[in-house]
Amino acid sequence: MVSKEIAQRLIAIVGEANFDNSKMERLVYSYDATPNLQSLPDAVISPRSTKEVSEIIKICNENKIPIVPRGSGTNLCGGTCPTNGGIVLLFKHLNKILEIDEENLTITVQPGVITLDMINTIEEKGLFYPPDPSSMKISTIGGNINENSGGLRGLKYGVTRDYVIALEIVLANGDIIRTGGKLAKDVAGYDFTRLFVGSEGTLGIITEATLKLIPMPEMKKTMLALYDSLEDAARTVSKIIANKIIPTSLEFMDQPTLEVVENFAQIGLPTDVKAVLLIEQDGPEEVVNRDIELIKNICEKEKCISVSVAKSEDEAIALRTARRSALSALAQLRPTTILEDATVPRSKIADMVQAINEIAQKYHVKICTFGHAGDGNLHPTCPTDARDHEEMERVEMAFAEIFEKAIELGGTITGEHGVGIVKAPYLELKLGKEGIQAMLAVKTALDPHNIMNPGKVFAKDARKRMVVSK
Amino acid sequence: MTTLQEQQKLQEQFKARMNEDELLNCMRCGFCLPSCPTYIESGQKESHSPRGRIALMKAVTDGLIEPDEDVERTLELCLGCRACEPVCPSGVKYGHLLEEARDIIAQHKKHSLPTRFVRKFVFKDLFPHQNRMRLAVGLLGLYQRTGLQKIARKSGVMKLIPNNLSAMEKVLPTVPSMKQMKSRPNYLPPIQSKISRVAFFSGCLMDTMFLETNNATMKLLQLAGCEIVIPNDQACCGALHGHSGEKDIAKEMAKKNIAAFENLEVDYIITNAGGCGGFLIDYDHLLKDDPMWKDRAQSFKNKLKDISQILVEVEFHKKVRLKLPTQIITYQDSCHLRNVMKTASAPRILLQSIENIIYHEMQDADRCCGSAGIYNIVESEMSMQILDYKMEQVKHSQATTIVTANPGCLLQMKLGVEREQQSHRTDVVHIVDLLLQAAEYDDHQ
Repeated sequence: MVSKEIAQRLIAIVGEANFDNSKMERLVYSYDATPNLQSLPDAVISPRSTKEVSEIIKICNENKIPIVPRGSGTNLCGGTCPTNGGIVLLFKHLNKILEIDEENLTITVQPGVITLDMINTIEEKGLFYPPDPSSMKISTIGGNINENSGGLRGLKYGVTRDYVIALEIVLANGDIIRTGGKLAKDVAGYDFTRLFVGSEGTLGIITEATLKLIPMPEMKKTMLALYDSLEDAARTVSKIIANKIIPTSLEFMDQPTLEVVENFAQIGLPTDVKAVLLIEQDGPEEVVNRDIELIKNICEKEKCISVSVAKSEDEAIALRTARRSALSALAQLRPTTILEDATVPRSKIADMVQAINEIAQKYHVKICTFGHAGDGNLHPTCPTDARDHEEMERVEMAFAEIFEKAIELGGTITGEHGVGIVKAPYLELKLGKEGIQAMLAVKTALDPHNIMNPGKVFAKDARKRMVVSK
Repeated sequence: MTTLQEQQKLQEQFKARMNEDELLNCMRCGFCLPSCPTYIESGQKESHSPRGRIALMKAVTDGLIEPDEDVERTLELCLGCRACEPVCPSGVKYGHLLEEARDIIAQHKKHSLPTRFVRKFVFKDLFPHQNRMRLAVGLLGLYQRTGLQKIARKSGVMKLIPNNLSAMEKVLPTVPSMKQMKSRPNYLPPIQSKISRVAFFSGCLMDTMFLETNNATMKLLQLAGCEIVIPNDQACCGALHGHSGEKDIAKEMAKKNIAAFENLEVDYIITNAGGCGGFLIDYDHLLKDDPMWKDRAQSFKNKLKDISQILVEVEFHKKVRLKLPTQIITYQDSCHLRNVMKTASAPRILLQSIENIIYHEMQDADRCCGSAGIYNIVESEMSMQILDYKMEQVKHSQATTIVTANPGCLLQMKLGVEREQQSHRTDVVHIVDLLLQAAEYDDHQ
């Protein structure tokens, strides 16, 4: 609870305009992009500096008030839903690009910078920041760092974690620390930078970040391959990598997804196709041309029905449309869309997709799978209706089994969306009791009063993926 | 103040009338946020975003919160530009949700006596009656022609009027005479060999204050080989009513228009105002619960096309030589033309086929200019903030001619030019006026 007295102290820090506890403002920060999850915070606050963040946190720590950092609220794991009430902390004032260092190839930003705005700014200088989560038009860098976001280019270029080299963090006691630096090599002390990337706001508040940039690739080519067997498509993926080619992206859609996409977008995909691969390569012209030719041969050898390379940027965009419209097409089927990100080693893609289809049949639910085949990061997606409790139960059970299968195949419960609240019950599957205990030890040491985004990552009770509104 | 009892009544209405499926359809992904002008201009306030507003409408419907003044206020502050719809992965019809919510609130609202009077006058006594529209616009003409305008401007009376209103007064076009407004054609033959028979939706404001633009539209259609019928018994489209919570009147006007246009044996119904077009094309939704009218509304909708769309389809720009003196041109989308009628490329194709024209697409041309019906009068602060951003983009584009496709946008952009004191170097024109000028350029040389 935020008492009147505490509210006054918080207002004294950020000013009247940056503190709000009206019913309306609390309501609009009660959710994020996670289906069927809503809980009102007690107040919403927008600090203007790291110092203000520190002062706010001191008050919260003293009074054991939960604090939930929130960028644009686009995450899919319930990471920014204030399930335990408390204060939602916004970064709308901390949204500046502080420096672009072209000698060290770094950019230093505040957490509220919109990912795409930053990407556009650096691309004007011929620089490249590869992580491209599909929400990047509105997601913030702070959110990306806290969730360790991935994207379509993860296979070749890695994810957010691989680009964060320094952080400024406000800890639960109000201390401000700085980790890392503009350094390729730095072994001084524990690697706190890596610890905080993907910590989902449970350890501290990130108030500044320095990111590594790389030179912009010279050119890019796009191709689309169609298959009438899932195994052929999966084998193509493995063969491409085995041939020592690492494409920028290697995207995949299964038959249920294709049906829905074709029905929705009517772009002339053959309806009897079992799988589609969208493949992109970037780099110097001669390398890209050589790789694309090799990939084309591999596709043909692995019995694709057809393979086409885009001849122009317009054609490339047209090819990407199929993959891009996957989510739209699925989202328009039913009112509720549950999008997960079970991930397996890429050699197990075919097994996993097969298993997902069987599990969907077993529980009589529709699950379409698309995703990043190259890095084994799949998006089994279930169009459903949150009002149908009986069906939701079955959806719940189906996803539980999908997570178990992913672990069995040497994979993980979440590749890029984060644990948050919806996957917390499954974390033990991946880490074991001892793993959770070790994490808890870190958490308790840094946040003894459990004020930092409480209720996330660490499960309260055993398996139950859905949390219905408070 | 809204009393608790009133809030309860409102809540019941939300429960009874809001489309629950549509509310649930929003998966809260947030992809709409960067497209929303009020979200951006309010400094990223979620409550002023489409996702936030849908969450609020749903929360009221679910009984989670009361429809208090804050909620009402944010629904008022929405421009209704519907830029959130094309970017929505779930295809949520935000515009329909907003319209329903506003209608519920307006029906329950106890307006003050003067507001009630103005609302009744504007919505019931003026816009539905074309003869009264002519009279009102005629009075404006009298004001402009008799020297009253000069006196008013000199005397300083204008200073007593709110800033944006007095600036607005400056940008109003010189209106036609009563005689011109009264003698309107109801049939025009094609000038080229006939390729299509179309009906023209002339609109209330377009056929009075913007009469010249209507004339230009018909001339272009004739040049394109269209035979035109202009039914006398057509009415105002009802957009103003629909967007202001007067849905019942809007429905009456919709029915009147559907009836006026349905037996004309035409291939298309042509509009030249994005704001009207966007409302006309939604008639099927407006009348969805009326079994007598549902199908008739659907066939009306199927025939509707914007002037720029039909001109491109009949390849007007390839058949008629379009030429103008060298100038840099930019195009400001009409939100409802783009987001609701889905016409975005046609105006650009036409403009770029004019000889000597240098076309510069401005940044965020698809973002609302802040006109939004009567929004620039009732929400002038936000409107001017949005307009200032727009004018900055115009400046970057270096354009000396700003082209629009809707009278509201036209006046707003003129207002922007006036505010920036650029009227000596920047023109604002409706696309059809410019196209006709381009088509007739050779004749005048």
